[in-house]
Amino acid sequence: MRRRSRRSKEASLNAAWFVPTRLARDRSALLGLVLIGLLVVSAVLAPVLATHPDDVFELHPAERLRAPGPAHWLGTDRMGADVYSRLLFGARITILIGVIAVGASLLVGVPIGLVAGYYHGWFSDLLMRVSDVFLAVPQVVLAIAIAQTLGPSLPNVILALSATYWPWFARVVYAETRTLQKEVFVESTAALGASPWRLTALHVLPNIASPIIVRASIGMGFTILTAAALGFLGLGPPPPTPEWGRTIAESREFLPDAWWYATAPGLAIFLTVMGFNLLGDGLRDVLDPRLRRSRTAR
Amino acid sequence: MSVTAAPLLEIVDLVRHFPVRNAFGRRTGWIRAVDGVSLAVWPGETLGLVGESGCGKSTLGKTVMGIYTPTAGDIRFAGREIGHLPARERRAVAGDLQYVYQDPGASLDPRWKVVHSLHEPLKIHARLSRAEREREVGAILSAVGLPDAHLDLYPHELSGGQQRRVALARILTLRPRMVILDEPTSGLDVSVQASVLKLFRNLQEAFALTYVFISHDLAVVRAMCARIAVMYLGTIVELGETAAIFEQPRHPYTRSLLAAVPRIGGRRVTLDFALEGEPPNPRDVPSGCRFRTRCPLAQDVCAVEEPRLREVDGRRVACHFA
Amino acid sequence: MTELLSVRGLSVDFVTDGGVAQVLDGINLDVGPGEVVGLVGESGCGKTTLARAILGILPTGAARIRGGEVRFKGVDLLREDPAAVNDRVRGRAITFIPQDPYTSFSPVFPVQTQIMDLMKWKSPRADNGGGARSPFRRYPRERWRADREAVLETLRAVQIPEPTRALRRLPHEFSGGQRQRLMIAMALLPQPDLIIADEPTTSLDVTIQAQILRLLRALVKQRGVSVLFTTHDLGTAHEICDRVVVMYAGQEMEAAPATAFFARAAHPYTRRLLASVPSPGGEIRDIPGEVPSLIAPPSGCRFHPRCDYATAECREGRPAPRTLAPEHGVRCYHPVDAPIGADG
Repeated sequence: MRRRSRRSKEASLNAAWFVPTRLARDRSALLGLVLIGLLVVSAVLAPVLATHPDDVFELHPAERLRAPGPAHWLGTDRMGADVYSRLLFGARITILIGVIAVGASLLVGVPIGLVAGYYHGWFSDLLMRVSDVFLAVPQVVLAIAIAQTLGPSLPNVILALSATYWPWFARVVYAETRTLQKEVFVESTAALGASPWRLTALHVLPNIASPIIVRASIGMGFTILTAAALGFLGLGPPPPTPEWGRTIAESREFLPDAWWYATAPGLAIFLTVMGFNLLGDGLRDVLDPRLRRSRTAR
Repeated sequence: MSVTAAPLLEIVDLVRHFPVRNAFGRRTGWIRAVDGVSLAVWPGETLGLVGESGCGKSTLGKTVMGIYTPTAGDIRFAGREIGHLPARERRAVAGDLQYVYQDPGASLDPRWKVVHSLHEPLKIHARLSRAEREREVGAILSAVGLPDAHLDLYPHELSGGQQRRVALARILTLRPRMVILDEPTSGLDVSVQASVLKLFRNLQEAFALTYVFISHDLAVVRAMCARIAVMYLGTIVELGETAAIFEQPRHPYTRSLLAAVPRIGGRRVTLDFALEGEPPNPRDVPSGCRFRTRCPLAQDVCAVEEPRLREVDGRRVACHFA
Repeated sequence: MTELLSVRGLSVDFVTDGGVAQVLDGINLDVGPGEVVGLVGESGCGKTTLARAILGILPTGAARIRGGEVRFKGVDLLREDPAAVNDRVRGRAITFIPQDPYTSFSPVFPVQTQIMDLMKWKSPRADNGGGARSPFRRYPRERWRADREAVLETLRAVQIPEPTRALRRLPHEFSGGQRQRLMIAMALLPQPDLIIADEPTTSLDVTIQAQILRLLRALVKQRGVSVLFTTHDLGTAHEICDRVVVMYAGQEMEAAPATAFFARAAHPYTRRLLASVPSPGGEIRDIPGEVPSLIAPPSGCRFHPRCDYATAECREGRPAPRTLAPEHGVRCYHPVDAPIGADG
């Protein structure tokens, strides 16, 4: 009579081919993937897809605030620049901010979580209390405070976002590491003489990869939203950077007449964040709860 | 077992206590899991460690193995004190002293293929080339009776019995001198248990192993171990040759324990079984002799003075009246 | 002798991921009034499934009863009205002692609440079925008091110290052995005719097990209750059972009175099983081969691939029950007629 542990089920179902096929069955996750794909394509191929690629820098005051038409698919902004083209280049900023901010959070949060999880004692408690402090403050508020102090620029936005998101990784990794420590195979590999480095890198990390991936995906959506909020408040990269949040801020005085000015970037933000959230949910469904779903047959 | 020059393992007054903490993290008491154990294990022998739940035999095994650090006392392996070594040096001892879990399949990383799990101990301890490692692993695999094909599988793709063999193989790649077996046949069907015990015997011969065999199953211990130590609430109450102890147990607890084991054939043991009550909590160890609360021979002195292990009739017994 | 419980030709399948497992294959089993019958077998042999089938608590989605009958006091429980069976038989005429005393109680209610809840529905003084089955059914004070007296008396019989105080405690305050005594008490309170005990001492220490076995046997003999006792441990069966039935891979192989069973078992599997118990001399004999998968089990007698005496007929069809001696039945074409001893 063979009984499979929860972790062995995870192992077999994490084989590289399995996740994409399982994911493909989840329609909302697929939608998420499509939306993210759109974002990536827009960013990468911006120079090619844009109708007025130079509008990022050039001004055409004569054509300001034109409604969407054959020449300008999404209209023009207050400087006469093509909204559509600036949108595409804005996608680059968005991805840049998202990837670097989440990446940095990961690089800071995961090791902290690992150390806090592996050791027991005052140091772990200290690390977790520090991360609790960061978590207690709403992310947007903290990001605003940091960005305000440092001044509006792209690197500062990324710094502010990383500083607020790392505790989420730390917390997840800490919890999973502690759970994993109780597993027999971790104890037995330690008994074989494996050093803490070896245990952590080769045994613990691979087994906690799933929650990290899920959190990273959801984190992208959240971080992008917060970045847009910072941009909206004027704390993001300065003009003429075509950042989406700043564009919305600029559009405020021209509403509701120049509706396209706000709607385009707003819709872009919405679809992007939703895309990452859907993908994250889909990944979570594939990588986790399926294991807890019980079968009817014994 | 012929006694050679020196014991392979010597435990002197070993103590391992666990703190009991309340909701605020304050220590409210101690669980005296191992409370002063001394014994010696000679090369090539199989020493049985028996007792019921809460007696501390598993904790003793894990403390010797280094999974827990001793609260007090010494552990000497091959003449060298290992209980208080710094972490890196203690890890090096793993090459000589190994431990088999009750559920050996669980000791394998489920995300690693068998071949990687088997190479790992060699990577940690030995400086062998890949080809040399492959040769070692191949040799061990056939020693435990597994085909090469299993190397490419994940643990969950193997049956429980095969997982057990892989776990054993992983330990044997280090060619340890001593292996602590923690409840190796617990929960197994009697025919499966027989196969497992046979495997242990064969491996002991093939690899010149010394075993410490922890079990609550007296019939198994009797068949496998030449010497046994009976534990109760953290201490040894009787220690000596298995045949002699089973023939004539001297400690009242040993007597009750042996009397409780169901036998096939003959009179029903439960008809005469007299031991009442439950073992006390390891948090709340009685003063003096721990067994006095259930002992038919208990007298005043038993509450005052804890009996030490002393030589009686060819074995060691911890009782004032043995 | 009219049997209390008579199972004939019971076959049960389980639907699993890997296919349909034929967990029970034409089981015949008898339990007489006032006798303790041991159902012995290794894991996967189907003893727990058989116990559940008799009680009627097989998992509804996965389990399918393919055929056979379970006659209790003459009535086939499989074909009776399920509501009537639930009211009068389950938990009343037939009660159950589960294997795991740790998870058998709700951790949030005191023991008294849980036992009195049982008595509300299954006490011998409760009226049979006629009334409403509403969960708000009233519990008349008179009856409650009488039931509680019966509870206290039974707790004393199972040697729970200070029963009145014990009732007010929560389950986690009892040790494993004490919880099992509580379960025995709860199995006896409805004054059943048959108790089905599913490996009740497997998780207990050996000294506690000895106490529980002695207690259980004394109580059931005193009250004339029959017991169907499943176990994988032959020693335990020897301690408590009047008759022993051996199962292997969903088929029953041999049934005999205890003394005959342990002295002169005839089925090759039974003999091998008895031989694989570790002997003091240190000899260890195992059974070659492995337990077969029940999804594609061997044809005929399911032990034939591992049996020393197997011939072609063993493969072709399952042997019919054969009587070797009074009360000693075996299903084998080649029963061994020799005492259990050197040959194993």
